[in-house]
Amino acid sequence: MSVLTVHGLNVSAGDAELVRDVSFTIGKGERVGLIGESGSGKSVTASAVMGLLSEELTASGSITLNGKQIVGMPERQLSRLRGRDMSMVFQEPMTALNPAMQVGKQVAEVMSLHRTQPDRRSARAAAVDLLGRVRLPDPQRAAKSYPHQLSGGQRQRVMLAIALANNPSLLICDEPTTALDVTVQAQILDLILANTNDSALLFITHDLAVVATVCERVLVMYNGRIVESGLVRDVFTAPEHRYTRQLLASSDLEATDENGRLRTVSHD
Amino acid sequence: MILGIARRTAIFLVSVLAASIAVFLFMAVLPGDPAQVALGINATPELIARTRAEFGTDRPLTTQYFDWIGGVLTGDFGRSYVTRDLIGPQLADRLGVTLWLVGAAMVIAVVIAVPLGSFAAVRHRKVSGTVISGASQLGVAVPAFLAGILLVQVFAVQWRLLPSGGWTPPNQDFGEFLRGLVLPALALGLVQGAVLTRYVRSAVLDTLREDYLRTARAKGLMPGQALVRHGLRNAAVPVVTVLGLQLTTLLIGAVVVERVFVLPGLGSMLLDAVAARDLLTVQGIVLVLVIAALLVNFLVDLLYTVIDPRLRRS
Repeated sequence: MSVLTVHGLNVSAGDAELVRDVSFTIGKGERVGLIGESGSGKSVTASAVMGLLSEELTASGSITLNGKQIVGMPERQLSRLRGRDMSMVFQEPMTALNPAMQVGKQVAEVMSLHRTQPDRRSARAAAVDLLGRVRLPDPQRAAKSYPHQLSGGQRQRVMLAIALANNPSLLICDEPTTALDVTVQAQILDLILANTNDSALLFITHDLAVVATVCERVLVMYNGRIVESGLVRDVFTAPEHRYTRQLLASSDLEATDENGRLRTVSHD
Repeated sequence: MILGIARRTAIFLVSVLAASIAVFLFMAVLPGDPAQVALGINATPELIARTRAEFGTDRPLTTQYFDWIGGVLTGDFGRSYVTRDLIGPQLADRLGVTLWLVGAAMVIAVVIAVPLGSFAAVRHRKVSGTVISGASQLGVAVPAFLAGILLVQVFAVQWRLLPSGGWTPPNQDFGEFLRGLVLPALALGLVQGAVLTRYVRSAVLDTLREDYLRTARAKGLMPGQALVRHGLRNAAVPVVTVLGLQLTTLLIGAVVVERVFVLPGLGSMLLDAVAARDLLTVQGIVLVLVIAALLVNFLVDLLYTVIDPRLRRS
């Protein structure tokens, strides 16, 4: 049985439809990339899965996580799933952590909240272990530091520790490496790969190279719809949709158009 | 952290010293000889000279300053030029009244503003949030003395529940003291609370838009929980700033309410002293007010570092 099943998902803001008829599934241990340009509906789809759409957006259709329907689920029940059965790493590590709380506490909180550790003390200890697992140097000391004392890459490791703390069955990463420099990107990707063996992974990015490294399957989103999907190997070698072809062509830094410029995606 | 506190304490003490010199010099250069003022225009030169010697105003300014500030350090603010009474004890009594009044008013303001402002921020798109915003806007527009008169009209005149004015010291009859404090503190606190509600609302609204609140929700916190555990502390910095300003302003600003409720506060004492040209008393009161303002700033600075770890010097 698949961990996440999205079927006929629509998300709209008033009359404007941001996501149209999106369907896909992710099985246990499967890593699926969601690619597409800014504004194509990737992040909105992820927010709908987390049940974290902002107030002015409404979702319809079906999203099931381990058989439980997310669309229309009361807030209290949703909050029991978030951080335990599904968790999310966001794009911007600089602002995603509470500046006024020690990071160890922020990691421990997600465990005490869902009672996956019997008491505060063991949650603290587990938080230090997790910080070590995401390879923060000197995790004891890191646990006592505040976000402003850590670098962007280190903060993203903390976010990852929070997301992984309760062994979620679904992990969503929304452009987790976009804000980081290249060497740090590779380290964070390695960490995500090393720590998500059993989880279903939905990896949002517009970096095709990252998709090729991390994912087995890929969904291509364009203008609110999924226009192409399949194994990364197949989609990248034999793209069927015009947008996918343009996307691939534009990421080829060796090919140029007739004017000698890099290829871009045209909108018409 | 310790170093930061030591640095701020040093700045505070130097500021107090500078302020005392400024206050003293300002009073010294004001036209009008205290002896002449005290004796009237028909006094003989000999009498004026004798009075000057008695006041000590015939000595050099530096001597006068050190004599004055030395006394102040032991609580002796000198004798009033007009009534010849000791200024210190009266100043202490008056300051006590104002501190009780302003303290109680600020507690009322915070108790009103924090929950109401937060609620208005969380529900800013809903009717209930808009109603609170509108009501606080209205509250800001009401002068405290008008609120005081209305409260007296209802609670003292019509229902006869509480006294309409007057002051009972807390060590004399605590129950009566509390009864007398309720209406003036409410008059001041409701208006200040309305002002503060607006600041709390906008601070919380800013915090609600922060990424880390989304992170808190993604961890599984309910919206209210997320705000209380991760939002309020971060929203507190701008609110504490406003609170400090309100507190400083009220030490004198409470005078209007003190007049309505016939309370012997510091503001009334200052107005009376100015009207009587009682310079040494004015000088003492102004010094106390300046020190109080500096102290509030000092405490607000310390609070910042307690609230926000980014402001701590490592």
